[in-house]
Amino acid sequence: MDSVRCFYSKGENMNTQYVVNMKNITKVFGKVKALDHVEFSLKKGEIHAILGENGAGKSSLMNVLNGIYVPDEGEIEVKGQTVTISSPKDALDLGIGMLPQHYKLVDVFSALENVAAGSRKTTPFLNRKKILDEMGKLISQLGMDIDPNKKVYAMSVAEKQSLEIFKVLYRGADILILDEPTAVLTPQEIKNLFQIIRKMVAVGCSVIIITHKLDEVMEISDRITIMRKGTTIQTVDKKDTNPEELAGMMVGDVMELNIPWVDVERGEKSLEVKDLTAIDKNKVAVLDHVSFDLYAGEILGVAGIAGSGQKELCEGIAGLYPIKSGEIIFDNTNIVGKNPEDISKMGISLSFVPEDRLGMGLVSSMDIIDNVLLKDYKNKKGMGISRVISRRKALALVEKLNVSTPGIENHAVSLLSGGNIQKVLLGREIELQPKLMLTAYATRGLDVRSSQIIYDLLNNEKKKMIPILYIGEDLDVLMSLCDRIVVLCEGKVTGIIDPRKTTKEAIGLMMSGVMEEGKKA
Amino acid sequence: MIHVVKKDIPRTRDTIIIRLLAILGALLVASIIVIFAGANPINLYIGIIEGCFGNLHRFAATIQKMVPLLVLSLGVMVAFKMKFWNIGAEGQFLMGAVGAALVVRFFPNLPMPVMIFSMGALAFVFGAIWLLIPAFFKAKFGTNETLFTLMMNYIALNLVVALQYDFWKDPGANGMPKIANFPANALLPHIGGFNLSIAFAIILVILVYFLMNYSKIGFEITVLGESENTARYIGINITKTIITAALISGGLCGLVGMFQTAGISGALSIEITGGLGFTAIIVAWLSGLKVPFIVLNSFAFAVLLQGGSYIQTAFQIPGSVAEMIQAIILFFILGSEFALHYRFVSDKKKREVA
Repeated sequence: MDSVRCFYSKGENMNTQYVVNMKNITKVFGKVKALDHVEFSLKKGEIHAILGENGAGKSSLMNVLNGIYVPDEGEIEVKGQTVTISSPKDALDLGIGMLPQHYKLVDVFSALENVAAGSRKTTPFLNRKKILDEMGKLISQLGMDIDPNKKVYAMSVAEKQSLEIFKVLYRGADILILDEPTAVLTPQEIKNLFQIIRKMVAVGCSVIIITHKLDEVMEISDRITIMRKGTTIQTVDKKDTNPEELAGMMVGDVMELNIPWVDVERGEKSLEVKDLTAIDKNKVAVLDHVSFDLYAGEILGVAGIAGSGQKELCEGIAGLYPIKSGEIIFDNTNIVGKNPEDISKMGISLSFVPEDRLGMGLVSSMDIIDNVLLKDYKNKKGMGISRVISRRKALALVEKLNVSTPGIENHAVSLLSGGNIQKVLLGREIELQPKLMLTAYATRGLDVRSSQIIYDLLNNEKKKMIPILYIGEDLDVLMSLCDRIVVLCEGKVTGIIDPRKTTKEAIGLMMSGVMEEGKKA
Repeated sequence: MIHVVKKDIPRTRDTIIIRLLAILGALLVASIIVIFAGANPINLYIGIIEGCFGNLHRFAATIQKMVPLLVLSLGVMVAFKMKFWNIGAEGQFLMGAVGAALVVRFFPNLPMPVMIFSMGALAFVFGAIWLLIPAFFKAKFGTNETLFTLMMNYIALNLVVALQYDFWKDPGANGMPKIANFPANALLPHIGGFNLSIAFAIILVILVYFLMNYSKIGFEITVLGESENTARYIGINITKTIITAALISGGLCGLVGMFQTAGISGALSIEITGGLGFTAIIVAWLSGLKVPFIVLNSFAFAVLLQGGSYIQTAFQIPGSVAEMIQAIILFFILGSEFALHYRFVSDKKKREVA
């Protein structure tokens, strides 16, 4: 019965207090230091949360522990022994199991078959009865809600997650890594998950949970390690801290940035979003009664943890994401339910710099001229297309934004660097002389110089009294560039604030689901 | 360990060298078979060239073999540009031929120009319908067009079988299962061995070239093929574009049905396609879906076809040997695609690069 090792391991020789001890872990990808001398330790029987913004290095650290990345420097001790973990299989041999972020289940198999598949204990023939017995025992111990005979395709997201957790435990893990397990769950399901986690700990497992939601951290964890930009900031006991302190450590000190905020007398209300609600294919509300106004000559920032509804908000306004209810009023016209063609036919010239530059904003295999042509070709009457105007625009764009490219013709944009690709996209959208601009992560992946050019371009548009919606991820940038910031958390607006009258910590709290003062939860 | 690594985009010079090496390699390997068949490989290869260009008659035969392949490849290319995998060119070709034969059967006395025009029009419509059916289901319900178009081939083929063996069987053919020959007013006019379909093919090449490079619909087809998200983003009507592309693609393939029945066979039969609908897929793909290369590659394939049939009679070698030579050359050229896009790297070296 070593299958359920974690539940019977109390008797094992386990004198060391720490089951995992990672020292000086460094991992470099190209020029980027994903992990920079990181320290992390896990006590036996504790729930340890790793907290940090996107790109702080949380997942990288756990991938090192799970054997997916081999660290360039540093030492890992598991249960008192120095080890080298070079694959997830090695990790599992040491009792470390990581819950995949994207579930790896066979849809047409039942829960039992999924558990049996790939399990190293499986005999050539499936002994359903034996596995069923073992499963039953574990399920009742953990109070999980798994029907061994239910097919995966009939399961809800939460059920699939339980099954994945169960699979890892069944294979003998007693150190469990959960990477943002609550991102896909409803509040009730989160409650259930936390109960399961507590029961796991009660029977001897140790749990690491990656998250960026402060309330969850405060509810479930014993200790908390805060990471920022590839380093560990601190490890604290939950009882010694509070959400404000955590938020502060998570976002860091306010950095001096050279992004001048341009003081423009804002004009009339241009876009009004009222009670906008959208649901995704799992019936989860990705936008939940979102309301805000956008004025001419204003850059309205949108802050939030990745996946809080930013993408759906942009695409919803641009007519690319189905809206369930609510209104988007632009120049006194409701544009909900209109597709991009309708919107442009209504004479609303809308610039949209989507998050997915090469997959949506541009055609990666086409050259700069044809990519400029994408937004131009419909203006010409008749059935033909002409590249004369697009060529001129492409040349001007390359010159004005200093795009470094071997040529504007017969040279696919996908061969350009990230910064130059973004310049092409943003340059094209600005050239449209829009009445409304939507930008999503306009400077993601760009170096300081390219980012600066983009900020200047946006500020220029603002001076021309163009209303701009700016989805960002770097709070420092959002706070210095934007006139106001809408904070989103799980599809809800948790605050609309003036960045010059608030602190980074306050925004951090709102991003984690704490409502702005004076707002009802 | 040896690993396979994707190369950057190959340079034109490398492409030409690799392709030539492939053909050379193919000829060397094919020589072994030729020697076993009791012929001199050098003479035989010269024979292939002679068979294609030896005199005007043979050259005309080569060009006539090129025409259907060329137009079919153009048709296939239009759909492929949209990443709509139309592998039903064979069926659209046959349905086009049925359309042409329908005109002849019900209006046998039309004056020649009207007859040819009506045959062409109906061939286009029949071919288009044959592709519009799977395109409609793809646009509305997201069905898989690859299987759908493939299956449509068999429906078309068996429809022609039913016509040939039963409904349209020629009572005057002494019990032979064949459909009556077209009257003279339903045959394409010709000069020497060159018939009017060549002129049509030239016009179509120009039209399709402009369609794909200088028209809105061609641009939209290309964008949709590259990225559906981008197409939605710039406001392309996706259903309309799929349907239009299918209409053009299927129509072009259908038109070949008229060229072959009215220009070459003079009657509808199950043998008229000769598998060209499938060869066209290879031609379109090898040409990188570019019109000028489609012209070049259709010609190269026509040389193989015509040269192959010539050497059978001239050298008294079995038809299967000629087909094997064709297959070996094709095999090497397709194989060289791999050498164009990938290279082998040993494990040690790869780490250094990383």
